[in-house]
Amino acid sequence: MNNASIILDDPTWIIVAKGVLVFALCVLLTLLSVWGERRIVARMQMRMGPNRVGPFGLIQALADGVKLALKEDIIPAAADRAVFVLAPIISVTTCFMAFAVIPLTGEVNFFGEQTIMQLTDLPVGVLYVLATASIGVYGIVLGGWSSGSTYPLLGGLRSSAQVISYEIAMGLSFVGVFIYAGSMSTGDIIASQSTWWNVVVLFPSFAIYVISMVGETNRAPFDLAEAEGELVGGFHTEYSSLKFALFFLAEYVNIIAVSALATTLFLGGPSAPPGLGFTSAWFGGWFSFIWFFLKVLAFFFFFVWLRGTLPRLRYDQFMKFGWKVLIPVNIAWILVVATLRLLTQQGASQFVIAGFTGAVVLAVLGAMTIYDRSKIKTEERANQVEPMPEPSFPVPALPTSLALKEKEGN
Amino acid sequence: MSGESALFWVLAPLAVLASVAMLFMKKAVHSAILLAWVMITLAIFYIALDAPFLGIVQIVVYTGAVMMLFLFILMLVGVDSSDSLVEKIKGIRSVAIFTALAFSLTLITFIARAELGRPSVGLDEANSGGNVEGLAQYLFSDYVWAFEVISALLITAALGAMVLAHSEKSDVARTSQKSRSIARFRGKSIATAAGLPGSGVYARNNAIDLPALLPDGKPSDLSIAEVLHRRGDVAESKSYELEGLPKIDDQGNK
Repeated sequence: MNNASIILDDPTWIIVAKGVLVFALCVLLTLLSVWGERRIVARMQMRMGPNRVGPFGLIQALADGVKLALKEDIIPAAADRAVFVLAPIISVTTCFMAFAVIPLTGEVNFFGEQTIMQLTDLPVGVLYVLATASIGVYGIVLGGWSSGSTYPLLGGLRSSAQVISYEIAMGLSFVGVFIYAGSMSTGDIIASQSTWWNVVVLFPSFAIYVISMVGETNRAPFDLAEAEGELVGGFHTEYSSLKFALFFLAEYVNIIAVSALATTLFLGGPSAPPGLGFTSAWFGGWFSFIWFFLKVLAFFFFFVWLRGTLPRLRYDQFMKFGWKVLIPVNIAWILVVATLRLLTQQGASQFVIAGFTGAVVLAVLGAMTIYDRSKIKTEERANQVEPMPEPSFPVPALPTSLALKEKEGN
Repeated sequence: MSGESALFWVLAPLAVLASVAMLFMKKAVHSAILLAWVMITLAIFYIALDAPFLGIVQIVVYTGAVMMLFLFILMLVGVDSSDSLVEKIKGIRSVAIFTALAFSLTLITFIARAELGRPSVGLDEANSGGNVEGLAQYLFSDYVWAFEVISALLITAALGAMVLAHSEKSDVARTSQKSRSIARFRGKSIATAAGLPGSGVYARNNAIDLPALLPDGKPSDLSIAEVLHRRGDVAESKSYELEGLPKIDDQGNK
């Protein structure tokens, strides 16, 4: 029995309740993650972070939110009013939509009804998340364009180029998972990870997804669309008050969404870590949410860690990395996965599979050695020291040359 | 009224309105947004008609990639630009009108042949093994040749666009900060390895056209930008030279 059939018989009130719960969870998580990010980054920079409002400063984000909402709402004279208002709305609605297909728990008892905390299970669930993300970019691009000023426009342009390029790498990293799971629905993908999580089986896909999800959400070190050192605030320079708050909310909900998708695709979603499978029956199945939540939080911590550690990439380096490294590596990896899958499906012997894997590993190692050699050679060539000409100004003779001269004299 | 028809009667008028409004918008970006909206509504209809894969692909490919590139170009054109109404290519207007008429005639004949009110046939059959699996079955068996030809065509088009848009690189080698730093130390002299000397700073004068004085009291040419030299905008340095110092030549001899 897969997720789709369990969800299918939900009465309307459960569907509505789930929708409200998912929405509330996202907003609450945003508040928490703003606080968490500030505290974690502060700790990494040997500061305290917000610790005044509420216990451990927990309500700081809420207080900031209220303050932000009460600020003056400015629409610049040069702005395109309709699009200026529309942009943050697009940004924030689409990122909430992504949560519709993500299972937050295993099978649970919801007021007497067996269900899963997942709004719907589409046969193309993962592609649906990609689609909402690609509409979400419109928010950033249109926001940048409609502000009617240069920095936001540049931010918007950067962001559109960035998201389109990294969406390709992201989409390709899904392919390995699809081939392995034989399905594009989130429920089936989680079910396919019952023995091994995909992070083990498809580690290259996981690594590429994690890199491109940072690029996709415009977060440091890939936050070129709002690089404050170069573009003031990037696409949201002209935004203030609630409209800015919506962009802010969208950014954090997006982080949670891509983390949740990573959890679903590679970390087994709400299933318990190996060896703790007995916990999934606790509290009528609701305990599985804790596992899901912990995995998402781990990704969130990783996001903050990156921000606290890495400097921002230059734009051309970022694009080069996406197109010349991530995408080709991904395509090669998909070929390997597809071949392995075909071999196992056609019942090839263990010997053939092991031989193929060994050959791939050897080929990768060989390519790396050749690359390193050529790199060392070019570096050596560049570092060859030409004989230094005699300086054109008087210098005291160096001890060695003095000794040499005396020898010559003798 | 079923959910599906409710969806249709809400979204279809919006889609038609948006597509008509798209034609009459003054700004190209507004038209692009409306077109994106029409594509999204079409995708929703596809999904409602049990073709989820087609619907999602419509959004990812058309709304996400194609329209985004469109917007990219439109944004580069500028906020206030409007289309020029002058016919740039001769006869394009008559060709456009002819094509539009031919296309609408084709559409009308096809739509006129449609029979309304008949129950849909074969949908369950087509989706029996799953929508995505059914499509994949066709794409990779019966239509694999057409699929490959189209992808080859697309790659050719992409390559062609790249060749046409490619411009020859200038001969001037791009230097990086690292290579410039290395070059400074590997050059004929390391006199300027730590950077060029700044311009002169004196009690009464402080400007970029005043040369700095070397230890022997002579003005340094290097302390003034090349441009100023070429323009002849360098201040007379004689007056800044120190008097009564022993002269030292380039070899460092007094």
